Amino acid sequence: MHIAPMHIAMTYTRLRAEERLLLDAFESAGVRVTPIDLRQAVFDPANAGEWAQYDAVVDRSVSLTASLTATRILEGLGIRCINPSAAIRVCSDKLDTTIALIRAGVPTPGVRVGLGAESAIESVEQIGYPAVLKPTVGSWGRLVARVNDRDAAEAIIEHRETLGSVQQGVFYVQEHIDKPGRDIRVFVVGGEAIAAIVRSSGHWVTNTARGATAEGLEVTTELRDLSERSVAAVGADVAAVDLLECPQRGLLVNEINHSMEFRNSIATTGIDIPGHVAAHAVCIAENVRTEQGAPA
Amino acid sequence: MSTTETIQSACPECDAAITFDRPPLNGQVARCPDCGSELEVTCTNPVRLELAPEVEEDWGE
Repeated sequence: MHIAPMHIAMTYTRLRAEERLLLDAFESAGVRVTPIDLRQAVFDPANAGEWAQYDAVVDRSVSLTASLTATRILEGLGIRCINPSAAIRVCSDKLDTTIALIRAGVPTPGVRVGLGAESAIESVEQIGYPAVLKPTVGSWGRLVARVNDRDAAEAIIEHRETLGSVQQGVFYVQEHIDKPGRDIRVFVVGGEAIAAIVRSSGHWVTNTARGATAEGLEVTTELRDLSERSVAAVGADVAAVDLLECPQRGLLVNEINHSMEFRNSIATTGIDIPGHVAAHAVCIAENVRTEQGAPA
Repeated sequence: MSTTETIQSACPECDAAITFDRPPLNGQVARCPDCGSELEVTCTNPVRLELAPEVEEDWGE
């Protein structure tokens, strides 16, 4: 009986340095990998067709809509996706992430949610000033606003209600953490914290997409414990956990990123992050093959 | 097997030469060293570049 060699697909919507590094990592591991531009794909939810040849699909779409659409259909066809659609959904929605972290007992900044202008203002008042208003879905620090007083809160809430989409009508208000000009990111692959960086900025938004600079950081026992528990709570295979250092409460998990960027974190940490991701994807694909009766 | 052959195309914005040190893939992004435009490979044979789409609301990590 002919057993096909392992074959992994990597889906994307734009091929950045991260995707190229991942393709190289699979090739270095001697694993066949096919990059697939999701913008070109046509899916039949009733028939796997060409997708059936893949033992697993690594999702690297920069578009959340494309990620969720593709992984939901592929999982419906019985194809293992990395990350699973359920994990992508939780990570991509700040409210879902907050709920998952609270349920898992992971310390996270306090949050209030309002669904109208009045309850949004009341949410901010309950959190206290300064407070942080965030869209529940969004990345790279977009539309994140720190409000220092009631006037600013009323202005932002009115703008969101008037100009924003329906989604902007969910007012997610987070406690502002007076962090020391930096935040911490821990990369977790296959349940294990493999590397960490610290991102520093003079701006209160410490996101490298917004100009923060990054340095390597030792993965302490506490960072390992919090980040691994966070990623387990959202069910991700691969994720980056953002943590804030609260002067009063210690480390708090702020966000979990399901499609992490890592191009600038390889040299700073000395860790082959794409190599770890590829190795874990191969491990998952081997398990899929074993379950389906093919030798690993 | 490695190759040292480089592949060239032109920036659609300023016509500067864009060099790839290995064959690019469809959807690959590149930045023009002259005008700074973000570009996307839309055809690989021959290599054709277009201005990359603006960041959309649902893009991110």
